[in-house]
Amino acid sequence: MAKILMKGNEAVGEAAVMAGCRYFFGYPITPQSELPHYMVKRLAEVGGVFLQAESEIGAVNMSFGAAGSGARVMTSSSSPGISLKQEGISYLAGAELPVVIVNIMRGGPGLGNIQPTQSDYFQATKGGGHGDYNLIVLAPASVQEIVDLTIDAFDLADKYRNPVMILGDGVLGQMMEPVEIREVQVNVPEKTWATTGAKGRKPNLINSLYIVAERCEEHNLRLQAKFKQMAKDNIRYEDYLADDAEILLVAYGTSARIAKGAIDRAREQGIKVGLVRPISLWPFPYEHLAEVAQKVKSVLVVEMSAGQMIEDVRLALNGSKPVDFYGRLGGMLPVTSEILREIEKLAKGGRSNG
Amino acid sequence: MVKVFERPKSLTEKPFHYCPGCTHGIIHRLVAETIDELGIRETTIGVGPVGCSVFIYEYMDLDFHQASHGRAPAVATGVKRVHPDKTVFVYQGDGDLAAIGTAEIVHAAARGERITVIFVNNAIYGMTGGQMAPTTLVGMETTTSPFGRNKETQGSPVRVSEMLSTLDGAAYVARVSVHDPKHVIQAKKAIRKAFDNQMNGVGFSLVEVLSTCPTNWGLHPIEATKWLADNMIPYYPLGEFKVPTAPAKVEGEVE
Repeated sequence: MAKILMKGNEAVGEAAVMAGCRYFFGYPITPQSELPHYMVKRLAEVGGVFLQAESEIGAVNMSFGAAGSGARVMTSSSSPGISLKQEGISYLAGAELPVVIVNIMRGGPGLGNIQPTQSDYFQATKGGGHGDYNLIVLAPASVQEIVDLTIDAFDLADKYRNPVMILGDGVLGQMMEPVEIREVQVNVPEKTWATTGAKGRKPNLINSLYIVAERCEEHNLRLQAKFKQMAKDNIRYEDYLADDAEILLVAYGTSARIAKGAIDRAREQGIKVGLVRPISLWPFPYEHLAEVAQKVKSVLVVEMSAGQMIEDVRLALNGSKPVDFYGRLGGMLPVTSEILREIEKLAKGGRSNG
Repeated sequence: MVKVFERPKSLTEKPFHYCPGCTHGIIHRLVAETIDELGIRETTIGVGPVGCSVFIYEYMDLDFHQASHGRAPAVATGVKRVHPDKTVFVYQGDGDLAAIGTAEIVHAAARGERITVIFVNNAIYGMTGGQMAPTTLVGMETTTSPFGRNKETQGSPVRVSEMLSTLDGAAYVARVSVHDPKHVIQAKKAIRKAFDNQMNGVGFSLVEVLSTCPTNWGLHPIEATKWLADNMIPYYPLGEFKVPTAPAKVEGEVE
């Protein structure tokens, strides 16, 4: 199959179209703007709808209406805009609507900057909006993986009737790599619950309101059972040279790519170091990580944040191994030489101080 | 025997939960009658608000979305873009539409979304306990303006219909009232026009309906209708502010 060179943000859009998405509601924000730029043209070619909303709040609520009406829908933004979408995401989860949400993370808090970070991990994986809910959160590390995960995201959203988030960062959104554009067998399940007009049936209701406490608890218990199933069935990770590793790195997305470079250099020096790269951040690969970590001496978590995923790593390891951290903040990228330095410290029996 | 008055088919059997003297019930009925008359119950999708009328989906026998506070016009935009052949209407109160949802309603109108908006203005937040709304009149006492709305510190009430009628995308904007039978009949005509416009593909239509809130106004239901006529209509004049073909008429009643 032929490969073409694509920017990460554009690849998200093309993958969405491949997956049968015909509705995109967005609002401009750097560093994800190439995605709406791509979608406005591409959706016109395939008879879809691109709508630039008045705000991220407008965009997520338009997505609510379109998803509730039975369509495959995508909305995208970057960190501050994703914060604005959180109310809507909670409503999507409460009303059980399948929407694919893309967050191309940038610096924070507040306006921060437009450089790449991974500082929205907590927001993406631990809720973000109000109430007890979870999203499936998928973290690609290459443009090809952006395509593959975006296609899967639409199927998962429909399968579970739940929002799914693609969590990338400014590097992934902006960089170009060859990607394979393939035919996708689009299988959208029949949505008998969607609002299409109550013709010959009882009215359908898209709703997250359960005013009676007993009913709201029942609703929540049902959601929790669904989240449990989602968590069981959707754990994804990649191991890199982890089999004989004595030092284990844990990193995702862009920081995992940089970590791999550091691992290669450390291996040249004879240091046995490997990587577990979580691809699904929710559900997090707790058990797999615990299993791999059994054989290692120490663990180093590398993130483009002050240390967010590290909390899940610590939960996975439950105190069984020392867990150290190296991170860069505010849009600064870790470089291989810095990570290598931390690996060398650990190899000498010391601690990484981040 | 000929039945001359009956429950609209588009209403369910569920009794309204509204307070005695509240006019939400009348407005629900007018919308339901219109949908019945047009024969579009099976091809209409409603989007409800947050506020006193949050349970509108329990009263209307139609497909419905329950939107978050203020966002109903955005939700309706998504519904209508997926189902351009269906009739999509929004039902919102003044707290929902004129405060938290200002951006959504303005831009739905500006885009000329082919939806129908029923905007119920009773000059107060009802469900949350009678707080000041953007539409609360100057001097009016509420739980968050207990000394009367102070123009200096709390500003002046928002005239939504006048504001939206300045937008090219708004095809039909009218303000009506339901405080007496004559005005109820006029309100019905405006609501019918707002649905007709959508079915004719004309564009965004909004009917602002002046409504009473005896509970939070602290008035007997009959006093409340009089208060509406004496206090709200002078500030919120009735009439069609925008019609699809003719230039805007600022004064005068519907038809």
